[in-house]
Amino acid sequence: MDNISIRIIQPILALILSPLLFGIINRTKAFFAGRKGQPLFQTYFDLWKLVHKGVVYSKTTGWIFRAGPIINLSAILLITLFIPLGHSKAVIFFDGDIFLVIYLFALIRFFTIIAALDTGSSFEGMGASREAQFSALTEPALFLALAAIACGTGKLSLSEILVSITSKFWLSHISIILFVAATLIIVLLTENARIPVDDPNTHLELTMIHEVMVLDSSGPDFAFIVFASALKLWVFTALFAGVLIPDIGFGFWPNLGICVLAVLCVSVVVGIIESCIARLKLLFVPHFIFIATVFAVLAMVFVLRK
Amino acid sequence: MENMLKIYNCGVNDFKNVPCLDILKFRQTIIEQVNSGLRIATLFAMPADKLVCVLADDTNGSLYLLSSKVSKSYPSLTPACPQAHLFEREIAEQFSIIPQGHPWLKPVRFPDSSLIGITDFFKVAGSEIHEVAVGPVHAGIIESGHFRFQCNGENVFHLEISLGYQHRGIEKAIRSGEQKRLIHYMETLAGDTTIGHSLAYSQVMESLSNCYVPARANIIRAIALELERLANHTGDLGALAGDVGYLPTSSFCGRIRGDFLNMTAVLCGNRFGRGLVSPGGVNYDIDNSNISDLKQRIKAAFKDVSNAVNLLWETPSVLDRFDDTGVLTQKDCIDLGVVGVPAKACGLERDARFNFASGAYQFSQIPISTWDTGDVFARAYIRWLEIQKSVNFIENELENLPDGQTLSNPSALAANKIAVSLVEGWRGEICHTAITGNNGQLLHYKIVDPSFHNWPAIAIALRNQQISDFPLCNKSFNLSYCGHDL
Repeated sequence: MDNISIRIIQPILALILSPLLFGIINRTKAFFAGRKGQPLFQTYFDLWKLVHKGVVYSKTTGWIFRAGPIINLSAILLITLFIPLGHSKAVIFFDGDIFLVIYLFALIRFFTIIAALDTGSSFEGMGASREAQFSALTEPALFLALAAIACGTGKLSLSEILVSITSKFWLSHISIILFVAATLIIVLLTENARIPVDDPNTHLELTMIHEVMVLDSSGPDFAFIVFASALKLWVFTALFAGVLIPDIGFGFWPNLGICVLAVLCVSVVVGIIESCIARLKLLFVPHFIFIATVFAVLAMVFVLRK
Repeated sequence: MENMLKIYNCGVNDFKNVPCLDILKFRQTIIEQVNSGLRIATLFAMPADKLVCVLADDTNGSLYLLSSKVSKSYPSLTPACPQAHLFEREIAEQFSIIPQGHPWLKPVRFPDSSLIGITDFFKVAGSEIHEVAVGPVHAGIIESGHFRFQCNGENVFHLEISLGYQHRGIEKAIRSGEQKRLIHYMETLAGDTTIGHSLAYSQVMESLSNCYVPARANIIRAIALELERLANHTGDLGALAGDVGYLPTSSFCGRIRGDFLNMTAVLCGNRFGRGLVSPGGVNYDIDNSNISDLKQRIKAAFKDVSNAVNLLWETPSVLDRFDDTGVLTQKDCIDLGVVGVPAKACGLERDARFNFASGAYQFSQIPISTWDTGDVFARAYIRWLEIQKSVNFIENELENLPDGQTLSNPSALAANKIAVSLVEGWRGEICHTAITGNNGQLLHYKIVDPSFHNWPAIAIALRNQQISDFPLCNKSFNLSYCGHDL
């Protein structure tokens, strides 16, 4: 199952299906709120609309503001090539690609932040400082969690790690799997600006984290940003599903099917979380992220004990 | 009390009976009385450089009037009596009478229309301080106002609120305008308080023309006022839930607010109650089928709103956001002369329906709802307590609606009188004061929306809070921009 055409399906699925996740989350939230909700494919319509619009650049911005969305989309596209679906190998993998993926995320963050600062807006500056603070806290959690699972499987590339999570491994390492999954879901919510950390639906610029950093972006630039965040959500949910659901042993296609289904289910879960709880006070967001770190440390402890 | 003329709510007296004190005596009397527990209901200047003040005593339902002649300037009240702050700035803006020693003397609005939005702001210096300017154009569909924050990181040191973008010159139009138009100015003075302001205006006009309001009309007015409160409180609770990202209550309350608005439409055909209240009574009567329709609707809506709002109090993550956010101390509340929901949320028993009862409230009291924590939770919870009491009140009143007329014909206004009317609108106390001239024409008309008392309280409540909590805090007050700007 190592042939390249099958491996290429994984990023293609990501490109096609990732905007659907927002639709699923929004429809789930609408269901809980007793509303009908926006069309499932609204993000696709939005992207289509945005790429056909012109761009407005503020006079205070420079090349960084223009480069930001392009760099971000390129980096996240590169990341999707490393993310395996259905316990097979990804398009690219090598020992230590975990680090590359994590630092590609850091690159995205860096460019989002300096592009936001480039506008000179006080709102965007606040958003940037919040993003910098919270991501500095999520990064160790993500690192530790991936390190734990890497130690557990004895592999150093994302693809090989996920391939190693067979049902046998899953059963014998259940505690590690669950702690890593718990870390990943918290990191997923934080990194993708979801409730309880951020509220993607709010119009209140003073309370935003991620959304406020892209307030000045428009047209195709904004389409790039929206598509990049859809892909980011896809990458995190795929990673989460890959860790939590073991290889059932019926080959690539059933595994792929289950993984895609799991990704869609995770978006439903994200929608349910957003419907049931309010946002945290911004002061308490670090506490929330520390929980992820604690889970990751526990996973590490279990690995080392084995 | 010998320096003041005592009247009751909706009372009227000869303007010449209002004691005209020496300015120092005037100042001293106000400061002494405010220190002894009264509060300024309104303070304004009128042509011929006269200052008029109405003090309200919440404990015995009396209003005290006093006045003074001033020339170009006088020693400011504000340093000794902070609740005069905006009133004195308004006096300086409108009549160029300078309150000497006012700590922050600048116009409340933008009197020079070529300089709209240009003003000085209080600044905090230091390399770690950053300034955040929000508005006057906002991201949501709300009115225009400017907020200037002095922040240290996420922490707010100081907030200055600069309003005036919604100024339409209503008071001036009232003085010069045709009387037929007045009721329409009142109905659109603050669009969400149509009943409140048209009722306060009608009461003033009835006092001045010595007009008797039929009992049935009084009760329909009270029902409409409570429906307005229900709709807005429900909307506010939904919006508070929305601001903390709590979806279910937010969506449901938005819908239920519409249900309450539709009940007002049953009364008069307009969801905001336009055209219902008029001097002399109400323009629309309700028949038995309307009454049973209303009873059914209110029962159903109350069931829905109970389900939606109780979710808030049962959700720890929501309570965590509401608790200890935007705390206004009772002392600040008293000093600033805060009225309405924020005052009740600090444990102050300030409710014109109870303390200054007029109309139907003289016969059916609504107990004052208070809470003592002064935070966002308290302001939200007061709304819920008031919703329950208003529903109860409306159900009782619909049960016992007396027969008879709904509109009597007001005669011409009496000459040389002053009349004051207080109405507890859903935001808080609305105060209208009218003074007539020699021919019974309106010489001066002063409107105080509760927002005018309460805007400074938001700035105080936000000190040392997180800037990210500002929208939540602001929503818990939910003040009117146009009611302030007039």
